[in-house]
Amino acid sequence: MCLGVPGKVLSISDDGMSAQVDFFGVQKELRLDIVDVPVTVGDYVLNHVGFAIRRIPPEEVGETLALFDQILKEAAAGDLMAEDVRGEMAAGKGGGESGRG
Amino acid sequence: MASPFDELKFRDPERARALSGALAREVEAAGRTISLMHVCGSHEQAIARFGLRAAFPRNLDVIMGPGCPVCVTDTPEVDEAVALAAQGARVCTYGDMLRLPGNSKSLADAQSDGGNVEVVYSVSQAVDLARQRPAEQVVFFASGFETTAVATAAVLLSGVPENFSVLSAHKYVPAAMDVVSEMKETNIEGFIAAGHAATITGWGIFEPFAARTRTPVVVAGFEPLDVLAAVLELVRLVRARRPEVMNCYPRCVSKEGNGPALEKLWKVFDVVGGNWRGIARVPRGNLELRSEWDHVNARRRFRIDTAAVGGASRNVLAEHCICGTIMSGLAKPSDCTLFGKECRPDAPVGACMVSSEGSCKIWHVYGGPPDLREVA
Ligand code: SF4
Repeated sequence: MCLGVPGKVLSISDDGMSAQVDFFGVQKELRLDIVDVPVTVGDYVLNHVGFAIRRIPPEEVGETLALFDQILKEAAAGDLMAEDVRGEMAAGKGGGESGRG
Repeated sequence: MASPFDELKFRDPERARALSGALAREVEAAGRTISLMHVCGSHEQAIARFGLRAAFPRNLDVIMGPGCPVCVTDTPEVDEAVALAAQGARVCTYGDMLRLPGNSKSLADAQSDGGNVEVVYSVSQAVDLARQRPAEQVVFFASGFETTAVATAAVLLSGVPENFSVLSAHKYVPAAMDVVSEMKETNIEGFIAAGHAATITGWGIFEPFAARTRTPVVVAGFEPLDVLAAVLELVRLVRARRPEVMNCYPRCVSKEGNGPALEKLWKVFDVVGGNWRGIARVPRGNLELRSEWDHVNARRRFRIDTAAVGGASRNVLAEHCICGTIMSGLAKPSDCTLFGKECRPDAPVGACMVSSEGSCKIWHVYGGPPDLREVA
């Protein structure tokens, strides 16, 4: 019912209440009453049960990818600190019964 | 590049492997089993579809909580819709509500009894139907969480014909997280919140919850990288004992959410206590129309006689259904003795086998426990 798939706005109705939106080749009419900011042709929007619920600024896609990379970097840094914890575990404190093979 | 939303970017195997490796190290360093819960059927679908449990380390449990709005729709709510159909109304609802069992009948049964039951993709289709059939009473049996309730609110605010009314079974997720986090036996250490619900409510809504329950919350999207990054981040918050909220879905979710949509939601709906099927009575868990909207509230417009459509026969099979225990994180679909035998998608006994967001249905469609570690 609710997987949010982004679609591209092709045209907007004269009264501004709905838009024709392309979802990877499938066209749908979406209502625009609850979208967060006004949309124009060419924008990407998130659909939920026939309503546009958010206009997605293209730069935010890059932001998410940058976030993944940052999470990875921090995980790597945190891992150095984890080294001595693991040393302790190996020294006989028990812990995880199964390693990853 | 065809579009800036090339899904493949969020399925990049190299990043996925790196995230999964980092996750394994993080969980191993914790030296114990960590249990996390997500509260969204779409997350279970993503996990099953992309085989993500195979990318999770062995002592990490990612449990599906009460994240399927259809599954938690209570039996008496279905009975109300079945009764309205029997009383002659045209009942419109989202597709996965059709087979949801009531006390003795589902809307699909009501349909075969000659009732007018219509599946719609959007609430505005139900309004269109009411316009086309002015002589009939058209009732929209509304299900879904706050994101979906906003759509119901929007059509009411933009004006509906006189013969249109709403039977609300809308639910409010944050309230259910409170209830589940209080079930001590579940031992959930962190929550993964649904990205699209947060698109509307904003991630800030989880801050009081995280502070009160001392449990971290991470908002996640639905692509493999979204889920992996969110799980990794959540494990790190758990280990660091930092009960904070983190937004791992910034391309769709802001802190404040969608202001105009929230305004519409609270103009039309109010939170009230209600039963969530199989789980518990959830204080503030249901979204009911505010009294200003009594004139379009089917519960006020009609005398709904549920005694006529249910209650008479005792459903012996349904008494074995453990949906509620599964959604509370205390059991898995494969623990149910009816799973895949008496209870199947074509003959569902419990609510979790009905919706494409129900855990039993998802496990059944993807061939039992979606956990490739068992066969690898
Ligand atoms: S398999 Fe069917 S009966 Fe068993 S818990 Fe799931 S929905 Fe309920």
